Amino acid sequence: MAAHDLHAWFGANEALKGITLAFPETRVTAIIGPSGCGKSTFVRCLNRMHEVVPGARVAGRVALDGQDIYAPGVNPVRVRRRVGMVFQKPNPFPTMSIRENVLAGLRLSGEPVPDPAGTVEKALRQAALWDEVRDVLKRTGSSLSGGQQQRLCIARALALEPEVLLMDEPCSALDPIATARIEELIHELRERYTIAIVTHNMQQAARVADFTAFFYQGELVEVDRTDVLFTHPNNRKTEDYITGRFG
Amino acid sequence: MSLRTSPVHDLAMRRAELAPERAFQAVGILAIVLPLLLLLWLFGGALVDAWPRLGWDFLTGFPSRKAEIAGILPALAGSAWLMALTSLIAIPLGLGAALYLEEYARPGRLTALIELNIGTLAGVPSILYGLLGLEIFVRVIGMGRSVLAGACTLALLLLPMVIIASREALRTVPHSLREASFALGADRWQTLQRVVLPMCLPGVLTGVILSLARAIGETAPLITIGALTYVAFLPDSVHSAFTALPIQIFNWTSRPQAAFHVNAAAGIVVLIALMLLLNGVAIWLRARLQRRVYW
Repeated sequence: MAAHDLHAWFGANEALKGITLAFPETRVTAIIGPSGCGKSTFVRCLNRMHEVVPGARVAGRVALDGQDIYAPGVNPVRVRRRVGMVFQKPNPFPTMSIRENVLAGLRLSGEPVPDPAGTVEKALRQAALWDEVRDVLKRTGSSLSGGQQQRLCIARALALEPEVLLMDEPCSALDPIATARIEELIHELRERYTIAIVTHNMQQAARVADFTAFFYQGELVEVDRTDVLFTHPNNRKTEDYITGRFG
Repeated sequence: MSLRTSPVHDLAMRRAELAPERAFQAVGILAIVLPLLLLLWLFGGALVDAWPRLGWDFLTGFPSRKAEIAGILPALAGSAWLMALTSLIAIPLGLGAALYLEEYARPGRLTALIELNIGTLAGVPSILYGLLGLEIFVRVIGMGRSVLAGACTLALLLLPMVIIASREALRTVPHSLREASFALGADRWQTLQRVVLPMCLPGVLTGVILSLARAIGETAPLITIGALTYVAFLPDSVHSAFTALPIQIFNWTSRPQAAFHVNAAAGIVVLIALMLLLNGVAIWLRARLQRRVYW
């Protein structure tokens, strides 16, 4: 997946000012930067979620397998099934059981699911949640702890077998132990999925990401291999940010 | 506060300081107790008056010239038909309107105008709905003085309340859940159907039942559209002529014979029991459905 000269607006306010950034396949790319730098907006543009907000607008291209997801005639609903998303706050559907939550994406479309039990187990295993919930699949998703809920949301996204997984600060509402579990999980998932993770936490970026991109005021300042970016940043702003001089 | 000059024991509450507090409390308690007593007195009076007539015979009997054998079945059946038809009409329309206004309509002049109108319509006297129903449903559309025309009229009366209650319920569904659904590749309609509606159903149902409880006591619009006051048969289709509980009660109270007043009292007891039942169902449904939903 790659963005090319991507602009995004909220009303008259330009939140992204021409971002060009490629996400290498089966690698984790972290996006860091101070609050309001456009990093969340950017990932929301990658599965056409930005336009859901009233008054929001996008220009530019995002290629998914060489196909522009913003080309005329593209159905955003189909894009979102191939580019999964995990949000900041765990948001399992409260009226559905754990099992139904995992199947939600498949069922929402109304198509029959050939092997629901297998699909549920596979997705929950991938999200490292199966052993904890295998006996309580009928319980409501919101009966789980915050960290489990977030892994349930990851399982729900994985059940659709997306190519790319976008994570928008997936650990910011979790305690350190739950955070560690999610980070472990990201390590496992990168074998199959292309992952983009937005994070406020630079240690987290250093721990989980192969590549890190630094955003500032709607622009991409610098992107490099994570170890390079954190040890030898090219740009002064990047250096100031990662050394804690601002942000 | 001159702390320096006041000794410690002066911190004690004085009678004069307590007085306004006590007075307000007393007024508040009075404001609760008085109306309750009044209601109890009314209901108790009706119950005492009604006692000799309350029984299975009364519920299953047809009206008669003789008060002792007159029953309330046609009115009960008429009210049941009305409630069922009214909900069938008001729920889809009201919920649909609420869904449109909350989920699809773009904020603007037109939406604001519609919202203003709904708010105003909720306060329009019911007899005006009766007149509207008489003209449109009975005459123009030609439903005649049927139970269908009555239900359509009552549905109009309930619509603003149903819309307002449904919108409130829709607003309680957090935005994050809609986003979660969109991100899973659901379109707007699928999101409404699978995520939003199941969550707001308790709220919608409660609103609907509470407005039905109000509608079951409505008399003016039904009299206006020409519900009959003496009906010796049960409605057998939506085109049937009909009567309803409040109309039957109204009819009996206007008879000169005291024996019919006893029937009226019994009718009132039945009506109040039905309203309490509806309210009870609303509370039960809300509690039951909400237990399934955790935030």
